[in-house]
Order: sequence, then structure tokens, then C-alpha cells
Amino acid sequence: MAIATTVLGRLIKAAITLLAIVVLNFLLIHAAPGDPAAVMAGEAGAADEIFIAQLRERFGLDQPLYVQLWNYVGNIIQFDLGYSYRQGAPVFDLIMERLPATLLLTLTAFGISLLFGVAMGVAASARVGRAGDSVITGIALLFYATPLYWAALMAVLVFSVWLGWLPGFGYETVGGGFTGLSRALDILKHLILPATTLGLFFMAVYTRMTRASMLEVAQMDFVKTARAKGLPDRVIRRRHILRNALLPVVTLAGLQAGQLVGGAVLTETVFAWPGIGRLMFESLQARDYNTLLGVFLISAAMVILFNIVTDLVYRLIDPRIGATR
Amino acid sequence: MSDTVLRIENLTLDLPSGADRAHAVHDLSFTLARGEVLCVVGESGSGKSMTASALMGLLPGAVTIGGGRAIFGGRDVLALPEAERRALRGAKIGMIFQEPMTALNPLMRIGDQISEVFEAHGLLTPTERRARALALIEEVGLPDPKKIIRAYPFQLSGGQRQRAMIAMALALEPEILIADEPTTALDVTTQAQILDLIAEIRQRHGMAVMFITHDFGVVAEIADRVIVMRHGEMVETGPAAEVLAAPKHDYTRRLLDAIPSNAVPRPDRVTAAPALEIRNLRKTYRTGGGWGRAAREVRAIDDVSLTIAKGEVLGLVGESGSGKSTLGRAVVRLVDPDSGRILVGGEDMAALDANALRRARRRVQMVFQDPYASLNPRARILRSISEGPVAQGVAKRDAEARARELLEVVGLGADAADRYPHEFSGGQRQRIGIARALAMDPDLIIADEAVSALDVSIQAQVLDLLRDLRARLGLSLLFITHDLRVAAQLCDRIAVMQKGRLVEIGPVDEVFLNPRDPYTRSLLDAVPGASWADGGSPARAEAI
Amino acid sequence: MSDFWSRFSRNRGAILGLVLLAAVIIVALIAPLIFPKGPWQMVQRPFLTPFATEGLPLGTDTLGRDVAAGLAYGARVSLLVGLVSTLVALAIGVPLGAVAGYYGGWVDEAAMRFTEFFQTIPNFALAIVLVAILEPTLTSITLAIAIVSWPPVARLVRAEVLSLSKREFVDAAQLAGLSNRRILLGQILPNAMSPIIVMASLMVATAILLESSLAFLGLGDPNIMSWGYMIGAARTVIRSAWWLSFFPGLAIVITVLALNLIGEGLNDAMNPHLNRKGRA
Repeated sequence: MAIATTVLGRLIKAAITLLAIVVLNFLLIHAAPGDPAAVMAGEAGAADEIFIAQLRERFGLDQPLYVQLWNYVGNIIQFDLGYSYRQGAPVFDLIMERLPATLLLTLTAFGISLLFGVAMGVAASARVGRAGDSVITGIALLFYATPLYWAALMAVLVFSVWLGWLPGFGYETVGGGFTGLSRALDILKHLILPATTLGLFFMAVYTRMTRASMLEVAQMDFVKTARAKGLPDRVIRRRHILRNALLPVVTLAGLQAGQLVGGAVLTETVFAWPGIGRLMFESLQARDYNTLLGVFLISAAMVILFNIVTDLVYRLIDPRIGATR
Repeated sequence: MSDTVLRIENLTLDLPSGADRAHAVHDLSFTLARGEVLCVVGESGSGKSMTASALMGLLPGAVTIGGGRAIFGGRDVLALPEAERRALRGAKIGMIFQEPMTALNPLMRIGDQISEVFEAHGLLTPTERRARALALIEEVGLPDPKKIIRAYPFQLSGGQRQRAMIAMALALEPEILIADEPTTALDVTTQAQILDLIAEIRQRHGMAVMFITHDFGVVAEIADRVIVMRHGEMVETGPAAEVLAAPKHDYTRRLLDAIPSNAVPRPDRVTAAPALEIRNLRKTYRTGGGWGRAAREVRAIDDVSLTIAKGEVLGLVGESGSGKSTLGRAVVRLVDPDSGRILVGGEDMAALDANALRRARRRVQMVFQDPYASLNPRARILRSISEGPVAQGVAKRDAEARARELLEVVGLGADAADRYPHEFSGGQRQRIGIARALAMDPDLIIADEAVSALDVSIQAQVLDLLRDLRARLGLSLLFITHDLRVAAQLCDRIAVMQKGRLVEIGPVDEVFLNPRDPYTRSLLDAVPGASWADGGSPARAEAI
Repeated sequence: MSDFWSRFSRNRGAILGLVLLAAVIIVALIAPLIFPKGPWQMVQRPFLTPFATEGLPLGTDTLGRDVAAGLAYGARVSLLVGLVSTLVALAIGVPLGAVAGYYGGWVDEAAMRFTEFFQTIPNFALAIVLVAILEPTLTSITLAIAIVSWPPVARLVRAEVLSLSKREFVDAAQLAGLSNRRILLGQILPNAMSPIIVMASLMVATAILLESSLAFLGLGDPNIMSWGYMIGAARTVIRSAWWLSFFPGLAIVITVLALNLIGEGLNDAMNPHLNRKGRA
């Protein structure tokens, strides 16, 4: 019951946030230098007067601003994100076609970064002040300072160009003709480099956070209680320290989701990964603002959804949240 | 009661270099006998808790064992390898801690935390562990064991959590129970219950209890023998009755003198004009609510009326949640009351707007509880004291001169003005807080638990200062405290609050000797060592 | 202050960071002196490998421009954008967080909803959209980075102010009759400075990463040479000319690493009670 109310509350909040983003998009179109219709059509399509006239008509650009806003919001509520003149397809369709690849990439990267980040953070905290700790903290610090796209490029250079171990471009082998399991394996091979390089930065974040959190929790009174019971250290670390230390990491992971989607733009660009990040880059190049804003909206929606999920996970871990005394 | 369970010989604990002294504990020797309660008494920094940590093998990393032995079961536990020490922990030596609110894992059910003790030592099957946990919960007197076993710590009160801690410590029937200030964080009535429980368990299981405390009242209540520690060394030891009745060492005597006694003074009846009149004051807190849920209401101040005469000291006592602090803060409008009147010098503080309030606040000043939070760490003492008068329009030079003068008055010396708060001890900071309040030349000072965070001997000094200031300056004081013994020492009249209501108010001797309200009576009964302080002999310790 | 320095200088990482950052700053300052021709001019034939040609230690790029000159001029943009965008973000986040934390109630509610909204939006995507639509210039880039960076500042300041205003010295200041503004500015904010400074030093690092990422995607100011642009321009020739991507990336890593090390050193020195070694 409490969960249902929470989810409902979150969904209402999410709807309000999305609406606000739609309004933001609308304002941006009007803030852009030049004719809003030309902005939406993209500069490259500016020559096509008929199309721009159509746009003017459709959005009623001669009407007062609030009417235009009303129309704009109305369209988007019906999943009409506009038409990409450059790509010759509705923006919504373009995005839906690309979304699975991005989900695969970001979720894999998220899994990798969280798993390895927490493991490394735990390992470092267990060796605090010793060589193992310094090595792990050093690696984390380095990844934390490395631009995502550069890590991706260097990975391509080393593992694809020089060593030839893994493919450096694309989602699957073009014309490979794989089906079923062999296709899945082929995609997996293509996934390794992009997912790992996208995850590196976030892994560093989680490593640092987990380490700090573990050390903090280790100082708490209940850990002393656990030791006074005669529990072995590894049980104390797993059952008492780690579980409590994960709470802030989960919170952070939820907040980081947005950055993961942003990072996907860079990774997908480097690896020619056919997701919405790559779509965003292409629309940038083509100045196809309609598509750009559409991707922006959908990625925000993804992040909001992800936040709701982490919120629920948090509730599962921490009995104190949402309980009525 | 003669066979020795534990013998400590020449224990020395080294502090890391750079600490303010070389040893946390120096050359400490004592024994603990089966079935006895040994109280280790001392002020903060005396090394009493470190001794317990050393026995448990739970010393903080920087503190190391510098020498000595702790013979338990024929072996020196300090020299045992970690695995064997771990086997002793929980099984042969149990421990409970000071802070029940933080000593339990917030994410684990109470039952699991108790069962874990058996698991740690590889005993019993999961079903048996659960059954034992249930029995233990029952034994320590927790209500509705079937519900408690599934409850999380946040669903329990402080006293209940401490009972759960005791259940864990009892699980494997250890030979020694170490209790490190287990009642310090609790209200006085809860404290009395937990002390009873420990005494009862000791009797039933015949275990030895090493009870660490700073409170001689608790000693009188529970101890068979006493060790008094100071700066890491034992200054006195002996049977509790002897030490309490005839302390040999000067330090023990000073500590005992410092304890506010219950010998109630006969106050002068004050009849002067009122410094403060509170009329029908109310404040209700509402939390939660929204989304169709009903809000929770707490009546922090429930129709309270009282008067403080000029030159009078009124003690306001009550347990946590009684609303005593809220009342104090409402008088100065740090909390806005819902209704009622607060008359100070004819002006209703409750009715003032923001601007008028800023000016009127001069009339009532506060001395706060936490000496470490009550001074701005980045401001020199001079600024902290003179800022108020300057804001009220006093010339800066005059205000600063006055500040130096007041620092002399509170016994710190004028040069304290140019230093920062971190250069002062807790007791000194409270003196600065008093000087700051005096600087505003107020009609009334509210002292909100102003001595509660201090060690007994420091407490006594600050109380002396307040008494002295009152005599010299004719201060009117609202003295808020949870400690009845302190209140008895200083106050002319006592007001008792419970759940937001004023249940009793009267001259201090009448309230203490002839309490009219049953709640006041129960509070007085719960004060540890009450009978000893009255001049009798240690009650419970003797009975066993 | 001397306490602070002795604690800070005991941290070897922080000193290393300070040295590295100083080197980057010096290079940025004297770039016009070492490379008077600027970063855009063609000096040799394209694709010269590094360490091979006299006077061109890091080789030339696809258009025959001096890579070393590009790096030196790129440092100027990175540092400038990092610093200014952080200052702008602080100018938004600190007042908002302080007011929310101090006044509470509906002010807090409104400010925090607003902050939460900006925190929910994927921040790099927002920066891309902002820069793309406003046209990439130094101003729009700096502004976009500031707009996506201030929410954590507001949250931090709010939390600090909230916890500080529960301290009794703030009660005392109220009883002394000080105005809210004086309490906030004179009593509370000075005590919240250490965590803000630490966060700011880390924000400069993040801003540099953001700027380079935008430039990599082609959203840099077209008139200014930047590290991200250099990598983006060399992306397609990575197989044949790895050094064109490698050196600018290394420059970014070094600068960002230096700032992070300094941030950690500041944190340890300013909050000595939070011992990083974790053992009291």
C-alpha cells in the first residue's frame, strides 16, 4: 500500500518534471537565434520554403506564444515529437528504433561500473593505508580524471587497431549473417569496449564512494557491537558494514544515471554505436534541432524512470524509509 | 563472592605520540570476582572505557597495549591470538555500550541481531537460535516478544534498545558483563529500570559485572566494589559503602562533594515583582500528514502558566520529550508559541513583530547546553560577546570594554577575549556563554541544560559561578535540567513538566520532600543513589 | 592558517597536484611567448610524427599545425572555462542553497524542487542542447556548463546551512538581536566555506572535462583552439596518427587529475576530523 502510494506520487512528480522539460524545449526553440520554424527544420533544410511554411502553419507561429506552447505540449503528449527533415522520418520513430541499443549499452556499463566499483571500494577499504589501497585509489583517481571519449579512443587504438582483439566500431558485424546465439555473441563482442569505457568513469566514482562509505560505517557503534559479539571480520564487513555502506552508493548511482546517458553520446559517437546518443551527435552535425530536442526529452524520461527504480530499491534495502512508526 | 574471574595486572595502554599524555591507562591492577558488580568510576579521559576496550580486544587502532596482563580462565587474554580473543568475545565476555540509538545495526531485525551471537560462535541450528532469541527478548522484559523479534531498531525506544543490547550480551551466558555507561544516555526513570534489570540478571546468572560510569549515584545504586580512576590511574578502590561513606583519596572526596546532594536547602521565599510571567502558553507540533494520512500531533507545551520573580531561580525539570526545552525556547521566541502570553517587563514577547522582537530579545538571554556548538568557531571571544550589545546600539568600544570586564567576572581573565573558542575547555566555554548572556544586561537568563554536558567536578564549578553571580547581581534564572539533584542545589522553586504539561510547581523543599504529583514522586524515586544521598546506606548493593 | 598549510603539505598527492597545476597554468600564461604564431597556423606538412622533427616535438596535425602549440593554447581555454563556469555556478548555487537552508518552509521547498528539476535532467545532454541552440561561443559554453553544475552546490550549501543553523551559536546570535541577513552572512556562511571550497576545486575539474567533451562533439567555440576540439578533429585518423588524439587527452588527464588531487588535499586539510585513513 505504502509502495503503491509512493510509486503514484513519483509518477505524478515525473510527469510534472517532463512537462517542465517540454516547456524548456519550447523556450529554447524560441531563444535560438533566427526563425523558430527554421530552427525546427534545421539549417540545412532552411532552403525548403514549403516545409518551413508547413511548420509555421502547424505551430501557428503567428499566434500568441501561449497558444503555440499549448499546441507544442499537446503534440508531445501524443508522442508526436515532430518530423526530422534530415532523416526523413518522425523523430519518435527514429528514437524508438535506436533506443534498444542505448539501453543495452548504458545498462551494461552501469552494471559493470557498479559491480567493479563496489568490489574495488570494498577491497580498498579493507586494506586502508596499505599498498593495495593506494593502488586502487590511484587507479580510481586516474579514471576519474580521464575523459570518456578519450578512454574510448585509446581503447579502440590498443584493443582494436594494435592488438586486433575486439571490434572497434558498430553494433554487430555488418553482413556477418549471424543468427540466434552466434549473433548474440557477435553483439557481445562489439559491446565489450563501449560498455567498459563508458563504465570506467562511473566505476571510479563508485569505488571512491564505496571506500569512503565503508570507512565511515566501520567507525559506527553498531560495528563495535558486532565485534563484541565475536563475529569474524569478514562477516562483519559483509553483513554489517557493506549493507549500510551501500545506502549512499545507491543514492549516488540513482543520481549518476543522467550522466550515464550523457556519456553515451560520447561513447556511441566514438564506437559508431547505433543508439540515441549517436543520433544526438548526428542531429548536432546536421543541425537537426527537432531530433536533438526529442532525444533530450526521451533521455530525460529514461533518467526519471531510472530514478524511480533506484528509489524503490532503496526502500527495499532500508526499512526506515516509508515505514510508519 | 571470593573466587576471582578476572585479574588485571599492571595494565598500561599507550596513546600515540602527539596525544596530550603518554598513557591512556597506566599501571592499573584490580580483580573482578564472580557475581560481583565492580564500578569503574571516573570523569572523561580517565581511561575507564579504554580499559574495557582493551579487555574486549576492541581498542581503537592508535592505542596499543604497553604492558601488563589480564588473566581470565588461567590465560592472559591480552596475549591471545586474535582468533581466540574473538572466541571469548560474546561467549565469555559480553559487553553493552552507552549509545543505544547507534549501537544496533539499523538495517537488521532485532531477532537476527540476537541470533547472530549464536551464529558467531557456531552454536545451535537457525530454528533453535530463533527460539533462544525469543526467550532472551522475554527475559530482558521487552513487551510483545513476537513482535519485537521482527522489529527494526528504529521502531524501539532508547530503553528498549538497551534491553535488546543486554539480551545479546546475555545470549551465551558470559562470565563477565562489561557495561560501558549503559544508562548515561537514558532518562532517569528508564535508567532506574535498566539498572534494576542488570542487578537482576547478575543475581540470576551469577556473572561478574564491570560497570563503567561517571555517576556516583549509579555507583551507590548498584556497586559492590568501586575503582576510582583519574588520568589513567587508579586513585582509590574499596567496597562501595566504604568509598562512598569515607573516601580516602582527595580526588574521590572532591568528586563526591561535587555531586549535588539531596540535602534540600530551605530557600528564601521570594516575593519581588515578576521577571517573567507565562500565561496559558501552548505549542503543538504536527508532523507527517498529506496524501490523506492523518498528521501526528505532539503537544510540546500544553497550557502552561508560571511566574518567575525578580532575583528568583526557578528549576524546570522533566525527562526528554517533556517540553521543558521547548518552553525555554518559546520564552525567547526561538520557537513560536501557538497561543498564550509571555510577559517580560510588561511586554508580551509572544505578540511582538520581527523588528520589535529583535530589540526586546535583550531582556531574556540564554546559556546553552553544548559548549562546543554554542560559540561560533570562527569568531574571537570578544566578537561573540560584544556583537549583541553592538547590535543593540551600544558603542563598540564600550561593548568591548564591558566584554573584557565580564570575562573577569566569570573567572576567565580579560585576555580570553582575543582567543578563539577551540582554545578553551568545555567548562571554560560555558563560562564564556554566561558572560555573553550577561553582556546583554538581561532581566532573565534561561540556562538550558547548561551543565549537563560537563564532568561532575566542572559542573560543580559552573554551578558555583551561577550561585555567586546570582548573589552578586541578583539574577533571575530559569534553570532547565533533567537532573533533579542539580536542580535541588541551585533553585528556589521547582517546576516539573511531563508531556508538555506542568504537573507540579512549588518551593524546592516542598516538591522534593512532599511531592504532590505521582509523576514527580516517580522521578524522585528513580534518581540513582537517592537513599544513599539522603544519608542512608547503599540500598540495592546491600540487599544482594 | 599555518595549521592548514602544514596539514596540506603533508599530503604528497596534493603537492603533486599543485605542482602539475602550476605547470599547466604557466604554460597557458606564456603560450603566446613560446608560440607567437598561434595555434592555427600551418607550420609544416601534415602528419609529422612526434619526437622526429626539430622544433615540432609533438608533431603536426591533419592540416600541418603544430600540436604542441595547440596544447599550450588549449590550456588557456580549459582553465578559463573551468574557472569562470565554476564561479558562475557558485554564484547561482550558494545564494539559493543558503536561502533555502536558512529560511526553510516554502522557500526551501520551492528552491529544492527547482534544484531537483535541474538535477534530474541528464546534465551533459542539457549542456549539448544549450550550446547547440545558442550557438557555440565561449560565453554560451561557459554558461551552459555553469547551468548544469550548480545543483550540487545548492544542495551542499543548503545542507551545511541547515546543520549550522541548528547550532546554538546561531540561536545566541538571534537572541543578540542580529538580523537574519547578518546571521547568515556573518555567522553561518563563513563556517560553511571549507566544504564549498573543496567542492569548487573539484567542480573546476569537472567543468574542464565537460568543456572538452563539448568541444570533442564539435560544440567548441570555432575561433578558439581547445584540447577537446583537437581530439575530435583527429578522431577519424586515429588509425594512422594516434598522437593527435593521445597528447591532448593526456593534457586533460593531467590537469583534471591535478585539480582532483588538490581538492582531496584541501578536504583533508580543512576537515581534519574526517581522517581519510579512517582510523581514529
